[in-house]
Amino acid sequence: MIRKSAERVYLFLIFLFLYLPIGVLIVLSFNNSKSKVVWGGFTLNWYKKLFSNSAVMEAFYTTIFISLASAAIATLLGVLAALGIDAMKKHGQAVMLGATNIPLLNADIVTGISMMLLFVRFTRLGMNTVLIAHITFNIPYVILNVLPKLKQSSHTAYEAALDLGATPLYAFRKIVWPQILPGVLSGFLMAMTMSLDDFSVTYFTKGAGINTLSTIIYTEMRKGIRPEMYALSTILFLIAFILLLFMNFGPTARKEIQL
Amino acid sequence: MSKLKRQLLAGPYILWMAGFILLPIAMVLYYAFTTTSGSFTFLNVTSITFSVHLKALALSLKLALLCTIICLVLSYPLAMILNHMKTKSQGFIVFIFILPMWMNFMLRILAWRMLLSNNGIINSLLGTLGLPAIDILNTPTAVVFCMVYDFLPFMILPIYNAMTRIQTDIIEAAKDLGAGNITIFFKITVPLTMSGVISGIIMVFVPALTSFAISDLLGGGKVLLIGNVIEQAFMQEYNWNLGSGLSFVLMIFVIASMALMNSRGDDQGAGVL
Amino acid sequence: MSKRLIDLQHITKSFDGQTILDDLNLYIRENEFLTLLGPSGCGKTTTLRIIGGFETPDQGNVIFDGRDITNLAPNQRQLNTVFQKYALFPHMSIAQNIAFGLKIRKKSKSYIEDKIKYALKLVNLEGFENRSIDSLSGGQQQRIAIARAIVNEPKVLLLDEPLGALDLKLRQDMQYELIRLKNELGITFIYVTHDQEEALTMSDTIVVMNQGYIQQIGTPQDIYNEPVNAFVADFIGESNIINGFMLKDRLVQILDVKFPCVDEGFGCNTPVDVVIRPEDVELVSPEQGMLKGHVVSLIFKGVHWEMEVLANGYEWLVQTTQMHPVGAHVGIRVDPFNIQIMNKPESNDERAVVSDV
Repeated sequence: MIRKSAERVYLFLIFLFLYLPIGVLIVLSFNNSKSKVVWGGFTLNWYKKLFSNSAVMEAFYTTIFISLASAAIATLLGVLAALGIDAMKKHGQAVMLGATNIPLLNADIVTGISMMLLFVRFTRLGMNTVLIAHITFNIPYVILNVLPKLKQSSHTAYEAALDLGATPLYAFRKIVWPQILPGVLSGFLMAMTMSLDDFSVTYFTKGAGINTLSTIIYTEMRKGIRPEMYALSTILFLIAFILLLFMNFGPTARKEIQL
Repeated sequence: MSKLKRQLLAGPYILWMAGFILLPIAMVLYYAFTTTSGSFTFLNVTSITFSVHLKALALSLKLALLCTIICLVLSYPLAMILNHMKTKSQGFIVFIFILPMWMNFMLRILAWRMLLSNNGIINSLLGTLGLPAIDILNTPTAVVFCMVYDFLPFMILPIYNAMTRIQTDIIEAAKDLGAGNITIFFKITVPLTMSGVISGIIMVFVPALTSFAISDLLGGGKVLLIGNVIEQAFMQEYNWNLGSGLSFVLMIFVIASMALMNSRGDDQGAGVL
Repeated sequence: MSKRLIDLQHITKSFDGQTILDDLNLYIRENEFLTLLGPSGCGKTTTLRIIGGFETPDQGNVIFDGRDITNLAPNQRQLNTVFQKYALFPHMSIAQNIAFGLKIRKKSKSYIEDKIKYALKLVNLEGFENRSIDSLSGGQQQRIAIARAIVNEPKVLLLDEPLGALDLKLRQDMQYELIRLKNELGITFIYVTHDQEEALTMSDTIVVMNQGYIQQIGTPQDIYNEPVNAFVADFIGESNIINGFMLKDRLVQILDVKFPCVDEGFGCNTPVDVVIRPEDVELVSPEQGMLKGHVVSLIFKGVHWEMEVLANGYEWLVQTTQMHPVGAHVGIRVDPFNIQIMNKPESNDERAVVSDV
């Protein structure tokens, strides 16, 4: 009994540690006062201000575009890659997976810098370079979501389909694709979330003209915190919450909690 | 489709990887070992021994280590409690503890900075309790706090996942053979979750070691980590050779710490993810 | 007879409001090979887990060697379990697995080494000390699980469907191994299975369970030859189970024909279940038969032919070495000794399981 209560208290303390900061942010986004402590009544002013701030809105659109586009392209490349890797021999698979892990394990700052060096050499920094960078760090998440599904999917079922007269493409569409679809979807969602979350790589590859939400919050924060940022944070939090709820409890959910 | 043909599907990805992962890293290496005029040099790399850089590296290692230890100490009991919780809502509760990991990184820094600021919530709470205000914003302490806050879920998740993989009959077998709770913890639970712990350590230590945004925004320019030195070399001094040289050193440290951790018995074959 | 080692008294257990065991009483003698046999969900595994200490009964007591151990933790009981899926510790070598219990008991190093050698020899895996668990086949893992349990010299070894995951040939080999082991060790085995052949081959005593109730306790011969009810008869081997009418002592009416039998004491004009094993049905010429019928199907089974004979509206399952082609007219005879009379089930639980007969 004592142990149970102690466990509860512990859970609650960690919960507070994790959520109090965000909770305060959300409350302050509706606070009709610039103070961080005093409640000045409910207001949507900060949201209005946020939506009328063209720089922020532009960053918002850029972020959405980059995350959707990079996730889509990464999913396409990643699914193809997973299919290819799955057909490789053990040694080839190990090499490919090792290489796939590089962007996951490498420090973000080094990934960002290395790509910046490349881009500056051959082109100009801008939307395209951010997009390429995001695709690059997104592909591994797609592969790591799809490959296990491919391994689980039964090769004999695919062969049975061929045996029953299906063309390889038809067999893929009717047999393999439905089995890996959950992995493809969760790979896509994960890629999107990683892209939304990224700061370091974007920071080094974006050039002067454009901003994503992460980089604009960074710039704003260096100047000091304005309450619009609370409103922006609240919106970002809700987007992440809904995406994740869908990822973990939606139709594509895996048994283990997603990374 | 033949096996060979199917392998070709990985072609675009291989090209992409060569162009945007391997080539950029090669460029870092190139800049790291050349001067601005393109001649070979070790100076960029050896400049890590400059006292400013060395101090930044030492501080980075110290804070990252501290952050990792705190995360581990907080996460292990948490993962155990979550794993033992056999309610229908277990999945959702675990989800709640992992969720912050997905929230925008900047947002989390912002939240923490607001809490810690001199006229922020924490100090006014302390004030109402009649306690002296703490002034930790712009100190290494604030940076560590925020790092723990940022990276804690990355420690919780792999440990929790490793724990859920322990079959209950393994625990029952140990009990059956006479093991008490303490023996089970040290002989069964800890060794079988070691892969998760190692993943967690890597996933916390590496970003903590290499981060520059947290120290930048919460350290008020007073906390200089190796990440900040590199960022400044690139974005303020435009000294790419120096920045690359230091990045190279950082990469060595990252690889070394991972190799060190992985040699500590990653017998489950569970990768970092 | 050797003494009672374990006594289960009035054990009741339910999970989520569903009763798994209802007032179960059972004793196990020292040095006995006792098998809990029944279909899945019959409560056999729960019974084993209660003996092992992994579940606590809602009511009732577990007496071990005269001592009440109902609430004793598993690690304090003098018995060891061989788990269904082996439950070997994946991070330890084979020697470390076997040594686990001994180290906890703080045995000396040389003692432990001797024991490992002895146990590996006993399960025919000499020299496997330093192999990893992954390198073993299912049958080998099972042997290690047994070795890990027996080095602790338990008075009782609990085996929870230990052969369930093995293929047929290996399963048969392991049955003989287990009998040999039991004889060499001289300890009590409590064995859980749903496989009637396993139970008949190995056991001294079989406890047939269904839906949380013990249906019958007896030697393999008893259980096979004199099942007490239709459930047991049907579960142990194939049977013809027919509705009958006990006219008086030693005379039963089946399918409108009077059969002499050897059973007494069922009263007059009592409805009963009649069990006749397929190998006990004799096929004769139609004139000589007590019933007349014709063969509707015929399968060659190796040692015998298996036929279905339609007679008086019932399809008799018959096993004989003499072949009669499909459509042949035959007569059916049954020796009075081979007719087994059983009371109709009284409880709904029992009735539920015979409805498919």
